[in-house]
Amino acid sequence: MIEVDVRLRLGSFSLEVAFANGAGVTALFGQSGSGKSLTLGIVAGLMKPDAGYVRLDGEALVDVARNVFVPVSRRRVGLVFQDSNLFPHLSVKQNLLYGRWFAPRGERRIDFDAVVETLGIGQLISRSPTRLSGGERQRVAIGRALLSCPRLLLLDEPLAALDMQRKLEILPLIERVRDEFDVPIVYVSHAVEEVARLASRVVVIDGGQVKFVGDPADAFNRLANSPAMSRFDRSSVLTASVDDASAKYGLTKLRHPSGIIWIEGSPGQAGGAARVIVKATDVVLSLLPPQEISARSVLWGRVANIQFEGPIATIEIELKEDGPLLATITRGALEDLSLKEGSHVYALFKTAALDERSIGVANA
Amino acid sequence: MPDYLPAAFFELSPAEWTAILLSLRIAIVATLVSLPFGIVTAYALARCQFPGKTLVNGVVHLPLVLPPVVTGFVLLMLLGRKGVFGPSLAEIGIVFSFRWTGAAVACAVMGFPLMVRAMRLSFEAIDRRLDMASQTLGANRIWTFLLVNLPLAAPGIIVGAILAFAKALGEFGATITFVSNIPGETQTISAAIYSYTQVPGGDESAMRLTIVAVIIAFSALTASEIIQWRAHKRLGRAE
Repeated sequence: MIEVDVRLRLGSFSLEVAFANGAGVTALFGQSGSGKSLTLGIVAGLMKPDAGYVRLDGEALVDVARNVFVPVSRRRVGLVFQDSNLFPHLSVKQNLLYGRWFAPRGERRIDFDAVVETLGIGQLISRSPTRLSGGERQRVAIGRALLSCPRLLLLDEPLAALDMQRKLEILPLIERVRDEFDVPIVYVSHAVEEVARLASRVVVIDGGQVKFVGDPADAFNRLANSPAMSRFDRSSVLTASVDDASAKYGLTKLRHPSGIIWIEGSPGQAGGAARVIVKATDVVLSLLPPQEISARSVLWGRVANIQFEGPIATIEIELKEDGPLLATITRGALEDLSLKEGSHVYALFKTAALDERSIGVANA
Repeated sequence: MPDYLPAAFFELSPAEWTAILLSLRIAIVATLVSLPFGIVTAYALARCQFPGKTLVNGVVHLPLVLPPVVTGFVLLMLLGRKGVFGPSLAEIGIVFSFRWTGAAVACAVMGFPLMVRAMRLSFEAIDRRLDMASQTLGANRIWTFLLVNLPLAAPGIIVGAILAFAKALGEFGATITFVSNIPGETQTISAAIYSYTQVPGGDESAMRLTIVAVIIAFSALTASEIIQWRAHKRLGRAE
């Protein structure tokens, strides 16, 4: 477990963060410039804080008051950067084994073949990193960090430099790494979908301060109206149970206490829980039960709150046994439907608008 | 072949061979001995912050801008028989004055700035994030230097060594000031050419040595070009 409580001033920016991680993936979420990468740099040892401490499994990595600073190379904290930073003069295999060589003999518990298999990089082994695509490079970088048998794995926006296709390809691999190797992960990102899908705990950072620590669903619902999120990032995290995983065309029906959600693919066994991230801009509201319309995911709920932002209104819809669902509509539409707090509405969204990043197996 | 250039023109006399071999020996020794110092200095200037960095940088580059005769004279004052360190060095058996080893010292000093410049540029060109990556993987600074910086800077290091070698072959002013111009001991190609031009009928020998000097210098430059080109190709330029 990592416990962080640090302060650092850099010019006019001041960072003051405190959090601890749990099992699985802890996400540091925030806009660029919020200080989340800086925090990661302090944990890895690339930066020295002005005050405070970082403890890993009870051992102090930094403790300014006690004058403790463990150098980067002795922290055994794996770090994967946005651009993979593979060693261009070494082969993929040599890159993968680089950190392993420095790990104490008794702690090389992560198996080379298992990592290569999980990340699907077997056929790249003898190549030069300069001949790999962006996605392949990032997979090798994750493998390289993992094979150094770290006590903690830090991923600093590992997908940010990749196109959508590559992101969709690597996200499930990070999930597998999370589930198959027993290494706690701290994941820095500003992508709601990635965080909601991977993380079991979210630390929201804004302007160098921790704004919230907790469950991803709570985090995003609470963030909905904060200026830290643009309206295009506003999302709701819904939890529903898998009704029938073997439906036609590879579509799966999910049962939510407030209605039905259709998704693409199958997020596990019938009866299991699935997590769906719905962007507020993808939601359509209707006063009547929808008929003869192509959008088939429908939830029924009560308008709990309305926030205005110029011509746009963000509406919070209360659902049964789940966090609220957010919908952004224009003020004109709001007026035509005469929506007020307390009115009941049907919320619709398109299955086709949910990309793979927005659907995950809820591990809680 | 024109008859005013007989075949014998291309045959080197024993004295000329002596000058060529001596030059090569001095240049090779000067380059090899200064190599580790050059690498460490270049790395320190490229990557480390330490007090007096500007001063070190200035001292290293001084031989490049000072008249070579001045550098030779400074060496004479420091390491000569009556110099500051000369007598104490002589006590432990190290004598530079009027010896080929002294010529090697002069050549090493003159070639050092060229060597450090080339190496420093190649250390600076290495992405610092590779250092960070190496350290997060458990390699301390020394291992990171040996496993990441040194191999990635290798082309620049070789180019720096070649430049220093070429400079050592051509060195004249500092060498002749410090260790004079003694055939068989301190008379390099350049000094020999100078001597030949001072005696009647020496033009032919001077010409032959000039051609040899051009060939050696040109080979060194070609080698450095090839090494740089191959390194670019191997590292694929973009990471």
